[in-house]
Amino acid sequence: MDHKRLRLYNKLKERGLTPEQDQRILSELYDERLHDLPDASQNSVGPGIETFPHASDSIYSYNDLFTLQHITALQSTYSLTLHSIDELLERDKKRKEDGFPRKINVGRLIKPGRGGKDKVVVIPSTVEEKFIHDSSLMPPEEGGQSGGTGEGEEGEVIGEQPVRDPEGSGEGPGGGEGAPHEMESSAYDLGKILTEKFELPNIKDKGKKRSLTRYTYDLTDKHRGFGQFLDKKATLRKIVETNITLGNLPDINDIDPTRFLISPHDRIFRVLSREMDYESQAMVFFLRDYSGSMAGKPTELVVAQHVLIYSWLLYQYAMQVETRFVLHDTEAKEVPDFYTYYNSKVAGGTKVFTSYRLVNEIVNKENLVRDYNIYVFHGTDGDDWDTDGKEAIPELKKMLTYANRMGITVAQRSSGSSTKTEVEKYLEASKLLTEKPDLLRLDVVQEDADEPRLIEGIKKLIS
Amino acid sequence: MELIDQHTKKIMEGCKERALNAGLRFQDETLEYIVTNRDLLELSPKLMIPTLYDYWVHDVEVLKEKGRYELYPSNPYETVINTRPAISFYNDNNPDWLNVLIFYHVLAHIDFFQNNLYFRHTWDYDFTGQALSDKRMIAKLRSEKGRWVDYVIEFTRGIDNLAGYHDELSRLNRPPVTNLSKRLDFYFDVFLQSIKKVKIHDYIKEIERYNDCVKKDVERGERSFFSDVRRKYPEFDAIFKKSLQEKPKHEIDLIQYLMEHSDFLKKDENEWMKPVMQVVRKTSVFFQPQIRTKIMNEGWASYWHEKLFLQDERIKGHEVDFARTHAGVASLPRVGLNPYALGMHLFYYIEEIANKGKYSIEFRRLLDAYKRDKFDAGTGQGQNFIFKVRENLSDFLFVNTFVDQDFITRNKLFVAGRRLNKAKMVWEFYVKSRKAEDYRKMLLDTLYHPPHIEVEPEKGKNKTLYLVHRFEEKPLVKEFIANTMMGIEYLWGGPVQLETSEVASVTGSSTPTKEEKKEPEIKWQRVLYTMENRKLSKRNISSV
Repeated sequence: MDHKRLRLYNKLKERGLTPEQDQRILSELYDERLHDLPDASQNSVGPGIETFPHASDSIYSYNDLFTLQHITALQSTYSLTLHSIDELLERDKKRKEDGFPRKINVGRLIKPGRGGKDKVVVIPSTVEEKFIHDSSLMPPEEGGQSGGTGEGEEGEVIGEQPVRDPEGSGEGPGGGEGAPHEMESSAYDLGKILTEKFELPNIKDKGKKRSLTRYTYDLTDKHRGFGQFLDKKATLRKIVETNITLGNLPDINDIDPTRFLISPHDRIFRVLSREMDYESQAMVFFLRDYSGSMAGKPTELVVAQHVLIYSWLLYQYAMQVETRFVLHDTEAKEVPDFYTYYNSKVAGGTKVFTSYRLVNEIVNKENLVRDYNIYVFHGTDGDDWDTDGKEAIPELKKMLTYANRMGITVAQRSSGSSTKTEVEKYLEASKLLTEKPDLLRLDVVQEDADEPRLIEGIKKLIS
Repeated sequence: MELIDQHTKKIMEGCKERALNAGLRFQDETLEYIVTNRDLLELSPKLMIPTLYDYWVHDVEVLKEKGRYELYPSNPYETVINTRPAISFYNDNNPDWLNVLIFYHVLAHIDFFQNNLYFRHTWDYDFTGQALSDKRMIAKLRSEKGRWVDYVIEFTRGIDNLAGYHDELSRLNRPPVTNLSKRLDFYFDVFLQSIKKVKIHDYIKEIERYNDCVKKDVERGERSFFSDVRRKYPEFDAIFKKSLQEKPKHEIDLIQYLMEHSDFLKKDENEWMKPVMQVVRKTSVFFQPQIRTKIMNEGWASYWHEKLFLQDERIKGHEVDFARTHAGVASLPRVGLNPYALGMHLFYYIEEIANKGKYSIEFRRLLDAYKRDKFDAGTGQGQNFIFKVRENLSDFLFVNTFVDQDFITRNKLFVAGRRLNKAKMVWEFYVKSRKAEDYRKMLLDTLYHPPHIEVEPEKGKNKTLYLVHRFEEKPLVKEFIANTMMGIEYLWGGPVQLETSEVASVTGSSTPTKEEKKEPEIKWQRVLYTMENRKLSKRNISSV
């Protein structure tokens, strides 16, 4: 791996790099980290080192019910909370009409689990704004102080605690386990919320690719003589028909049904039949850059946005959505489930085109174009060793020949230079964005973007 | 929610008897309920008051990352609430011995609620009863006015932490009226001090002169005293007369000011908003003492549950169970602050020191460390002393008065610092200081302290409401300013201005040298926010 990276680097170097690019690549080049999944039991730091999970709690976070009786409030579910999320969001919409800013956020979106047991958790949250003192004035390296007891000289280090997310593994929004007032909801519900309440658009054209997706069974076929359900109207019609042919109906103005001759064959029944149901279906490719430079916030943003997009498509296509996940650094690979996609740690360098090529290959090999509407969403921080997109652009062009939509999210590092990232640059140079606005969209978010901004970004990517 | 069974109630009554004998004082009636998790789900957002008014924010997860407890004056998980009768909440499967422990804890809380002077304003009525009628009123208004009721609640809650809790208290705790003449009071309390601003030296001279006059002639002493005053200050009589005509002024907080002076609220169609605002304000004021006595209240309850449990003969044999549970409550954490443990140890410490008579001038005069250590006047007044402490102090005074070096040293307390180790990417905890001074400061910094914001009617031009934030080296949380001011603008019905201070520049923090870490120097800038037509603007005014 390392040799390969080094060879790549040398090749790039020959072509010439700006010092800035050089530095960025170097920082990823000697990245020794691995793309493994986070250890589930990652609580202890090591032997002999104490950690203080509650060190930042203030005196006001203690309470009698828990301390004395170990009572904690139950986590609420849909059935328990008084207002459903629909009502809350309805209220929020009214606020806007009344001229006040909206107040409800939809927070904490996903808890990925293995084997497709992903749970999307929707928690409506809000802040009550007041005039309060801001205690966050301290320099970031100094993290507040607290009380302590026991041995130790002044200045002595008595324990440590890993900085959250040390590997930048993207264990993002799941954060607080077991917070009260959780509402569980399926991704489908979330999609509905996004569509209806955040005014994400409906897909205008779901594409022509319809496929036989399921059979439904209904009593629709007619059958003479026997069956499951007598169709009285049809039977009567048949009897009248038969009697007319037999001449048993002399005066149509004076019909006497008691004189009808009825053949057993005249009875019409309905029988169970298999109906074919055609629906649009979609295949979504999620591409994530998991190179070393993606550590921390950019990964979180990209993944959070992909969850939202997934939910939205799920709703739009009435559950007929299949997903594929692709991760890339200098090489791309497909991963089997969202859990792996979500949790794989960052490491290594960046070559965007590898993932595009992989998608093209998959689509080609499995002949997906015939049956699916294909969506591709790619999340990156904008770095690419392939600085002028020589390899990425051709792959991208190929992709745009079949995709319904390709959305690229660039989560920009705020600390980096204010100039545009490489991906942005070569996309602009290629003019694809302006030539094919229906097919290709780009959204650039800053590192510190919040959820409303992400949702805004989705609008940009999909509308 | 259902009441505890007769068997358990009997245990409670036994606890009351023993607690009363030990010196605690509380009303005899109490109510104990069994609560399920489901009950708590509804109770906790309502701060455990079952009859509190409904408000949609209660059904939503409220983000507390920013200023968590600064926003809410109460703890959402109290086990006992300050009502008449006091109501407490229990798990339905507590063993008897555990219930005994909790009962003592609860009784000590009730004793604290009903005797600590910071709760004075809650003594004369039952909050649950009043809350119920308020809740009905709000529900009725909501059926007429719809969501506008919730806007009024929201906007008033936005400023409910500015409610004049201390003013409310001071109105109740007036010093006894003197039987001296008003003229005399005015002369010494107002005229000399506020109007003439005489020096202390001269002030004392005047008092001496008055005392001499009265000594000479009890009947006419005062008159002869004032004849001299008139000679010195010919204007005195006129000013005094004028002062009599003025209504006694009392401080009012922002919510009250809006209710009295807002043109918007004076309109007939908006008159209904006032009672809603009143409810929000009253609720806030009711909870204020709770958060201001957290360390004392929990310390007091832990002190007594330990003491009384160990004396209770009914549950002999559960000492080990008790020790295990009690240790969880009353052990000082290696890093962190536990109000139960801190308060309890402080009460024990105060009792011991007072028993030896160390809170006295004799002791303070001693300079010899050995003699100080061995000092014991044997007064045996410790218990009495802590009862007085529980009656008269709040957390601030409690910590500020009694946390001294001996207490720190004895309990091996220290200020724990946290710093980032960039090489290892870990937060390091280290012993920052073992000085009482630093520890006290750290404690005081963590105490609840809402900003002080006042209305200045003189500064508001053209129907503008002018607010001044009295700056205490702590800026306001910026992102909350806009919406809070929008709420005030709505209730005021005109533009609102807020004068506050913000960081202009920070120097010294960007280049931390290893040997000597300098405190970063912050330059403050006085700024004026203006909210008009729901738009916020800001400009700098003269720097401080």
